[in-house]
Amino acid sequence: MAAYLIRRLGYGLMTVLGVLLLLFVLFFTVTDPDDIARKAVGERARPEVYAQWKKNHGYDRPLLVNRAYAASDRRRYTDTLLFDHYRRMLSFDFGNSDADDSSISRRLKEGMGPSLSLTVPLFVFGLVLGVLLALFVAFFRETYIDRAALVVCMLTMSIAGLLYIISGQYLIGMLLKWFPISGFAFEPWLAARFLALPLLVGIVSGMGADVRLYRTIFVEEINRDYVRTARAKGCGEARVMLAHVLRNALIPILTNIVITIPFLFTGALLLESFFGIPGLGSLTVEAIHGNDFSTLRTMVYLGALLFIAGQILTDISYALADPRVRLS
Amino acid sequence: MSAPLLSLQNLVLSFPAESGRTAVVDKVSLEIARGETLALVGESGCGKSLTALAIMRLLPKPGRIEPPSRIEFDGRNLIELPVPEMRAIRGGAIGMIFQEPMTSLNPVTAVGRQVLEAVLLHQPLPRSAAHERVIELLQMVGIPDPRQRFYAYPHQLSGGLKQRVMIAMAMAMRPRLLIADEPTTALDATIRAQILELLRQLSATTGTAVLLITHDFGVVNEIADRVAVMYAGMIVEEGSRRELLGQPRHPYAQGLIKSVPRPAARGGKLEEIKGVVPRPGRWPPGCRFAPRCPYAFDRCETELPQRTAVSPTQGVWCHLVEYEVHA
Amino acid sequence: MSSLSNAVVVCLLIGAAWLLRHLWHDRYWRESGLQLWRRRPLALITLAVFLGIGLMDSIGWVGGGGGEDDEVAALRSRTLIDRLFQPERFTEASYSAPLAAVSFYGGQPLKYPGSHLLGTDILGRDVVYRALKGIRVALLIGGFTSLIVIPIALLFGVSAGYFGKRIDDAVFFVMTVLASVPSLLLLIALVMVMGRGTVQVCIALGITGWVHFCRIARGETLKLREAEFVDAARALGVSDRRIIWRHILPNIAHLIIITFALSFTGLVLAETILSYLGIGVDGSWGQMIDQARNELSRTPIVWWNLTGASVGLFALVLAVNMIADALRDIIDPRTRREGQ
Repeated sequence: MAAYLIRRLGYGLMTVLGVLLLLFVLFFTVTDPDDIARKAVGERARPEVYAQWKKNHGYDRPLLVNRAYAASDRRRYTDTLLFDHYRRMLSFDFGNSDADDSSISRRLKEGMGPSLSLTVPLFVFGLVLGVLLALFVAFFRETYIDRAALVVCMLTMSIAGLLYIISGQYLIGMLLKWFPISGFAFEPWLAARFLALPLLVGIVSGMGADVRLYRTIFVEEINRDYVRTARAKGCGEARVMLAHVLRNALIPILTNIVITIPFLFTGALLLESFFGIPGLGSLTVEAIHGNDFSTLRTMVYLGALLFIAGQILTDISYALADPRVRLS
Repeated sequence: MSAPLLSLQNLVLSFPAESGRTAVVDKVSLEIARGETLALVGESGCGKSLTALAIMRLLPKPGRIEPPSRIEFDGRNLIELPVPEMRAIRGGAIGMIFQEPMTSLNPVTAVGRQVLEAVLLHQPLPRSAAHERVIELLQMVGIPDPRQRFYAYPHQLSGGLKQRVMIAMAMAMRPRLLIADEPTTALDATIRAQILELLRQLSATTGTAVLLITHDFGVVNEIADRVAVMYAGMIVEEGSRRELLGQPRHPYAQGLIKSVPRPAARGGKLEEIKGVVPRPGRWPPGCRFAPRCPYAFDRCETELPQRTAVSPTQGVWCHLVEYEVHA
Repeated sequence: MSSLSNAVVVCLLIGAAWLLRHLWHDRYWRESGLQLWRRRPLALITLAVFLGIGLMDSIGWVGGGGGEDDEVAALRSRTLIDRLFQPERFTEASYSAPLAAVSFYGGQPLKYPGSHLLGTDILGRDVVYRALKGIRVALLIGGFTSLIVIPIALLFGVSAGYFGKRIDDAVFFVMTVLASVPSLLLLIALVMVMGRGTVQVCIALGITGWVHFCRIARGETLKLREAEFVDAARALGVSDRRIIWRHILPNIAHLIIITFALSFTGLVLAETILSYLGIGVDGSWGQMIDQARNELSRTPIVWWNLTGASVGLFALVLAVNMIADALRDIIDPRTRREGQ
């Protein structure tokens, strides 16, 4: 188990380095510092303004090799954008925003709270609700309940997330006036009203796909041999589902959860932006509108980091949950 | 003669087909006396596994038990039993073990706990008493070091051990009938003998009747008291072990016995029955074995044979035998 | 530009015709197609209608265009849809409700009273016209992108799965790195650095979607490589290229088709998010929805713009989803292999 863990972490690290390389290629070669400076300062400034701006934001170094130093001098390679990029990203030194010069780390800290206050309940409630509904539908498989549920799932899956948000805001926020359309408060008891609507919209929009997937997993497990054995022992259908099927189905469900984790990060992007929640998602959207490449770089990096961490966690929990893997 | 423990009368099982439903098991009648071991033999696809599942009312969903079937167990018709009572019988008065020990055990639960479930479902004992009972059961089926093995997971056990666990689960409540669906088919030859011996022993000590489904006559020879041969959804011959293995009367049974490779007959040609088993829905009218039967005559192609008693214990479903006996 | 797009359309049509004829002669595909028709006739008809409209919107030529005094527009190529709707003339001043006779704010009489089925938007453009134009964009985003991506993904995925070792390690690593970045973020990053525009968005969608196909191609190839008939072919001395072409590719075609259908909707929906962020494709439904967003807070509300785009989006996505679902049941690699 320990050997597996080390190998897994090692590969994860290599992946992080690869992602950083990808980001470097995208943000420094496909678009180069001159473009970034132009976008930040404007098209018609004098060359010195660009140079100064680049210097302020750390873009004034050469890309890969700094020929100003001698061949034997280590700084030939370390005083470059590439090295700097790696060094800073790996040490979580994110610098300042290209748009308004604010400290990215500070904004990250500020944004984390609101983001988590939305994504964590979204994840937990969504998962629990999805599993319960799927269990219910799987129990009644092949009956009209099952067929109706599948139709509903298909319909709800085909509606764009954007439309859920817009209609949710309109129907519940404007017409029924149950919850505020947007906004946020930092005190927990006040924040609840603001989070209610995005939470509702987020859960409902994802429910269709989730229930369908979990139902398929449950039905697959129900058709396995050990379920037949359980019935032959005298287990009732309810016990079969809860004590046997659920436990086994958790394994493939877990593997699927990792795929949803990045969607929490990005789906929250839309939700935060629409509902005015000052979290990391809003930060990203601001960066897009403001052509703020350094912030964007950071957000993409963090997103990847989260995803890789999530995958490692899932692999570990998979190993823990499935005794066949754990004890090998 | 005392009443049989289990009596299948005209069992008909249907499955959906291209148009409507088609019978897969067609008017099968069987009897098992208390404590006796009956082997139900036939090639794959003849419906023997489905017959076994039907007794437990565990037939897979699209299948249906059609009238005029009757399954009498200990005097009650199982088909009409309300579900909660049927559940009490499953694992209680009737136990069942399956062919693939690999997939028939829950992979994420310790085997001991699975046997524990078999006990607690029928007898609410306090935890410690139940645990002891499970250890007893594991010992009874010959699992070495049962206290340790209680916590083992199925994938850590060999095929033979897994099958022993299955037997422990099925025998937990001292059932009066044990249904074994090809219990040794997936096991190695040496383990096969051990498991069969275990079944024989358990049946002798606990008085449990055994319905053994198999396609292997070697198995039949080891533990069966009586044998019933099934072909294309119906029984074609039944009798005591000695009668069936020594003097089979139905051409199909004869073919089966002859085709078992014998070391003494080395060098000769391997016997075979020409042709293939017809599938449900494609059964010929009349005797289903007629197209492959070397002795078939005109009546065989139009009329299904009825049971002819060849001895007080041997019955054959064959027109030729009927003529021979009544001649 | 129009002649290029026309040429592409013609090539596509020829290619599609050839493919359909080829498949029709293969009993398996013919029966699968008929089964699909029996199970999802409505979805197929919907899709066919959309394809038809998209096609009509892709064939265009210069001439006869422009309104009064508009010389520039006279040189622009106009598609069949353009010619049908004549947007330069068929425009009002601003909002008007569906089938209304007067403008929405102000109540002035319209140029074409009662003929705008879904009203007009803030610039007075007919909503039905804009919704129909969005069909071609959606098909482009979902379909055309995949058509480019799939061959490339197959190349890498099958090579990785078949030849293994170094090639596999390399491809797998690239796949992992690309897949580690949440696709929306990667999409955003790509569009931001490449600049906004239809081609850039399609390239970005292609890069993010490539991994999906590559992974499936690689996985299936790995499984097939161990299959007996591949061993048999190799034992007979069949060359690698032939094995791949005749044995492996046909057996992964099913999964690829189903994945294509599923990713189609994902791509279209992803573009709507990009449009909301302001970096989508011009003329897409996503853009319409984005523009319509603010209209809901007006009093009285303007709902027809949103409705037009939403209905189109929903119909297309639902139809493709249902077809993909049915395909998954119908196309089973196992039954095909038995028949071979």
